[in-house]
Order: sequence, then C-alpha cells, then structure tokens
Amino acid sequence: MIVQAIAFYLFAAVTVGSAFLVITAKNPVHSVLFLILAFFNAAALFVLMGAEFIAMILVIVYVGAVAVLFLFVVMMLDINFVELRQGFQQYLPFGLLIGAILLVELILILAGSIAAPDALAPAASPAPSLDQVTNTHALGAVLYTKYIYLFQGAGLVLLVAMIGAIVLTHRKREGVKKQDSFAQFARRREEAVELKKVEPGQGIQ
Amino acid sequence: MDALLREYLPILIFLGLAIGLAAVMGLVPFITARQKPDPEKLSTYECGFEPFSDSRKQFDVRFYLVAILFIIFDLEVAFLFPWAISLGEIGPFGFWSMMVFLGVLTVGFVYEWKKGALEWE
Repeated sequence: MIVQAIAFYLFAAVTVGSAFLVITAKNPVHSVLFLILAFFNAAALFVLMGAEFIAMILVIVYVGAVAVLFLFVVMMLDINFVELRQGFQQYLPFGLLIGAILLVELILILAGSIAAPDALAPAASPAPSLDQVTNTHALGAVLYTKYIYLFQGAGLVLLVAMIGAIVLTHRKREGVKKQDSFAQFARRREEAVELKKVEPGQGIQ
Repeated sequence: MDALLREYLPILIFLGLAIGLAAVMGLVPFITARQKPDPEKLSTYECGFEPFSDSRKQFDVRFYLVAILFIIFDLEVAFLFPWAISLGEIGPFGFWSMMVFLGVLTVGFVYEWKKGALEWE
C-alpha cells in the first residue's frame, strides 16, 4: 500500500529528526519536548508494524509519565547553561565510547541476522496472524505463563525502583505542623478542659 | 494487517488536517498582519513591573518522588490489560502469576505508605 509506505517514511523521518534535535537543542526543556515528539512518532511506527499494544503503552507510559519525569528532573537540576558547556570536553570520550559500543552492538545484530537468518526462530514464539487474534490478546496468551520468570522479574525490578526512589529522596521534614485526626479524636474531656475555682480578688496560677 | 491499518487511517487523516490547519493559522499572521516590532512589545509582561527573575524555578525533589511512584503503578496497570483480556485462555496459572506480581508490588506499596512517602508534609 502506497499510503503505508508514505506514512512510514514520514514518521521515520520525523523520529530521526526529532531525536537529532534532542541532543542538539540548547535548552534542555526543548530537548524533552522533542523527545516527546520522537515517542509519538515511534508509537506511529509501532502501529504500522501491527504492534498496537506497544504503541499505546509507549504513548501512555513514555509520553504520559516518563517525559513528565524528565521534565521534573530538568526543572530540578537548575542547569546553568554556561557551566553545562564547560563539561563538554571532559565528557566527550565517555560519550564517544558509549556511542561506539551501541554502534558495534547494532552492527553485530544486523550482521548476525544476515549471516544466520533463522537463528532467532526457535527463541521467538510464532506470532499469530493479526486477522485471527488482536495484538494485546496474543501478548497476554504468552506473557503470564510462558514467560513467567521474566514477568515476575519485571515486578521485582519495579519493586526495587520504588524502594530505591523512596530511600534516595524521601526525607522526614522537621518542624512540620500536621493535622493528626486520630490524636484529636482520642483526646478526652479531662485532658482538654480544666475547671478552676477562682477566689475573689486573686488571680490564677 | 491491512484491516488493522485501515482502522487507523482516520487518525492519520485527522493528524494531517490538524497539522495543516495549525501550520496555516500560524503562518497567515506573518503574511497578512501589520508588523511593527518593538522591544517593549517583546519583553515579558509582569503586571507592569520589570520581570524580577527568570521564570524557571528549581522544583522540589518531592515532585520527582511522586512522579516516579506514579510511573511504577502506571506500568503495573499496563501489565493488567493483556492479562484481563486473555484471562480465559491462560487459566489459573496465569491468574496466580499475576497475583504474585501484584503481591510483590503491594509489598512496595505498604512500604511507601508506612514510610510516609505518599504524604505531602
């Protein structure tokens, strides 16, 4: 279908372009906004591949939550743009190293799939045709039974993330006045009110 | 596959219309409107004062904690969708698999509740 091909090239081009702008934009807030654009276009690419569920999760989780988290981080850091430029030379070798590792990995995957096209076939479970079952249904049929260890592992990773975030950022604040309704209701009349007989001409201590 | 994509075609058309309309509405004023640039017009208007400081303020780290706790439960709910619609096929094993997953996350939920991470002191 010609429309499909046009849509693919359009979304792919916008994804690559906005991903490039993420790393070149001067303002980190603009970087995050371009990242959101890249997420949206990646979701459209997933839809074109027939992976509906992943596309919707990408929009809900990445655009709805992760991008907001990135914005919070950017706002929290109080980035000084001049200082940011100064560290560039220092971090350049690390950046190049990580980029080179990722490039080598991508080339290895590509070379491997060319050298042995059917090597991955036993690992991947056969995806049923989209005409028979929906994408989400097919995913649910294997995720919770066949891949149970990976699924439970994902749960443990989420637990570690939760506890880690609390340990790292949660602090008890001193001198905060809070309403404690249990303490209020537990108060009795004898503790709260005291009647004193005041003699004429004398004060009260 | 084609049937699936045909369902998404209206969204694509809508997207094209929205982008086109927004672009036209953004560009037309540059052509038709009278422009007299002035530095006072371009400066930030703050109730008649000169702006005191940059509009970007540092956020409290507590926002970050709330956001990351939200993401974790967001992901938990994302796992529930395929489970809910394929529950008839995967049987009791799939059901208890999800219950264990939810149990693990409930441990974390009890931990954050007891720690007071959900309270905004």
